[in-house]
Amino acid sequence: MSSAPTTPPAPQGARPRRLGTGDRIFLTVIIGIPLAALLFFVWLPALASLGLSFTTWDGVDLADIHWIGLDNYKEIFTNYPPFWPAVRHNVIWLLFTALLPTPFGIFLAYQLDRKIRFTRIYQTAVFLPMVLSLAVVGFIWEIIYNPDTGLLNGILSATGSSHHIDWLGNSDLNLWAVLVASSWRHTGYIMILYLAGLKGFDPALKEAAALDGANGRQTFLRVVFPALKPVNVIILVITVMESLRSFDVVYVLGGGVGSKPGMELLSLLITDNIIGESSHIGYGSALAVVLLVVSLAAIGTFLVQNFRKEDQ
Amino acid sequence: MTQQSRNPMAARDPGRRRVVGGLFGLGAAALAAPVLTACGGGAGADPKTVTFGSNGADATPKKAYASATDAFARDSGLTVKTNTVDHDTFQKSISTYLQGTPDDVFTWFAGYRMQYFAKKKLCSPLDDVWDKIGADFSDATKQLSRGEDGKYYFVPLYNYPWAVFYRKSLFKERGYQVPQKWNEFIALTKRMKKDGLSPIASGYGGGDSWSILGAFDYVNMRTNGYDFHMSLMRGKVSWSDKRTLATLDHWRELASYYQQGAAGRSWQDAAQSLLDKKSGMAVIGLFLGQQITDEKIRADIDFFPFPEIDAAHGQDAVEAPTDGFMLSRRPRNEAGAKKFLEFLGGAHAEELYMGVDPSNLAVNEKATTGSYNALQKKSDDLIASAKHISQFADRDSDPGFISTVVLPGLTEWLGHPDDGSGTLTKIESQRSRFFTA
Repeated sequence: MSSAPTTPPAPQGARPRRLGTGDRIFLTVIIGIPLAALLFFVWLPALASLGLSFTTWDGVDLADIHWIGLDNYKEIFTNYPPFWPAVRHNVIWLLFTALLPTPFGIFLAYQLDRKIRFTRIYQTAVFLPMVLSLAVVGFIWEIIYNPDTGLLNGILSATGSSHHIDWLGNSDLNLWAVLVASSWRHTGYIMILYLAGLKGFDPALKEAAALDGANGRQTFLRVVFPALKPVNVIILVITVMESLRSFDVVYVLGGGVGSKPGMELLSLLITDNIIGESSHIGYGSALAVVLLVVSLAAIGTFLVQNFRKEDQ
Repeated sequence: MTQQSRNPMAARDPGRRRVVGGLFGLGAAALAAPVLTACGGGAGADPKTVTFGSNGADATPKKAYASATDAFARDSGLTVKTNTVDHDTFQKSISTYLQGTPDDVFTWFAGYRMQYFAKKKLCSPLDDVWDKIGADFSDATKQLSRGEDGKYYFVPLYNYPWAVFYRKSLFKERGYQVPQKWNEFIALTKRMKKDGLSPIASGYGGGDSWSILGAFDYVNMRTNGYDFHMSLMRGKVSWSDKRTLATLDHWRELASYYQQGAAGRSWQDAAQSLLDKKSGMAVIGLFLGQQITDEKIRADIDFFPFPEIDAAHGQDAVEAPTDGFMLSRRPRNEAGAKKFLEFLGGAHAEELYMGVDPSNLAVNEKATTGSYNALQKKSDDLIASAKHISQFADRDSDPGFISTVVLPGLTEWLGHPDDGSGTLTKIESQRSRFFTA
């Protein structure tokens, strides 16, 4: 496309017939603007983060940026107490989301696809949390988990248990409490995606499987699931990405003040260091680069493997 | 796609192309919009208007600020455009706010926290304002209002003490005595526990983890003295020092009598439990009064100074954070803003403010204290009697260090208060990142 904008039609006799000057300008504009936006809003900040991660800067005066090489990374890996817990929590988050709400969403989609009665109502109900913004989801669960007036402790004390459980305060418990809140939402998302896939599924395949004597489980595992591979890939990529970038539910349930003991996540550590009165832009950028590399590695490996298999 | 199919289509459908083009034009305009508005923001200089960024978003302070700004507008003929932002959000975004297009005058806190922005040149010196209002303030207050370079950057409005609050009627019913020494204090908490009360009301869940710092500051100042506390806050002493460990050891004795489930409760709910006589005492600031709606209960609230731990330090230090105002670095209406600051530093503005919000004390010595309630009078005496006045951990220290290192460390420790030295080692490992010479 680099030749498109200005070259006069003279040297290549055949081309101008296909694309006139007007076409070229038009194409340049409609490709150029999004490209410029992409470069400016995505790649420039990403590269700037990478650059800043080798510096120390308080975010106020550009003259105060000092190059310190790999010191930030060295500090983060060897001398930053919340870092390894945050990595662990991110991994727990990923495994939990991949093993519980994702399969459950697929299960729900499969059940709802079988033309049961009131299926629309069920679909709407399960999908409803997805319509709410994650911040609102956070507020809802905050009310449920409140130690004094919350729904959950209310039910527990009504059933006679005198335990006063501090769902969001106990640092051994709060990550799981937050995971339940996030799963509540994630399930609906996966369900709707998978349901869309199932709607486009050729019923003849199912009939054939039935004729061959496959039962419901076999039909799903051996016929439907493999045939929906593109949808599976999307769901897996979404699950991985949502887990790695998870931020808002934890942020809201943590009171909006950054990471709390027991709920550290890489995304929160980044904002801890960048937002606030005395920010450490370089340090936070280094954390952001770590998260970027982890995300790229996870998604990249998966996609490359997947498409390589397809090519064969 | 073949040549034939492409060309005629484009030729036949100029309308479609126009639509796509129009959409992209819109997109480009949307992308450009933030840039344009950002430019436009700086230009709105109106000599008749002073903009005022306020963090007083709760009902009481909001009304109190409004009464002061209204009076100023009436007297001066200038319009004050108040821009109120939630307290926590205001604090979190202050750096970007001050670098962008901040309001002319904004609310802020005295101490290291003010000096930090003065050092970064994100606010303007106010020496000429102080030439006019200076006579009304004590030396301690003047000290608080100066940056490290000796210039004034801050106009104080009010302060309020932290202390141990309780309900008089509860103490009377149960025959509790106000403790002066640490042993008596711990003995009292034990007795309250036996009586079925939560001895110390406590709620530091969600965004309220800062509320634990009042107790930390006091225990540290009583154990090791004001000077050590300030050195610790300014990053000049190691956090893994034996003396800090002694502070945690004392704090642990108290923390085991904290209200249960504190890590998930808001400070307001904790305060309510004190008002409801479910908790016996609370280590909190006078702003507790903002929670009280029933005047009968207000009259029943009293406090005592945090008990003595080491006789060498007695009860000589009082934590009394001071709130006030600063001038942004490039105010759009500098003359008007300074006039506004002069007014805010004057006795009249303070009286107006205290008239609406009785949970603070005027800093201006000329302000009449006749309208003070009993609690305010007692607070005034407490602060006046203090040999040392601290602000608050997150105002005396680097706020980032406190919020991202000290607070997570201490709240986690409060959950399982056993490994004090482990917690302090973790905090110490980050100190050099925030305090470099």
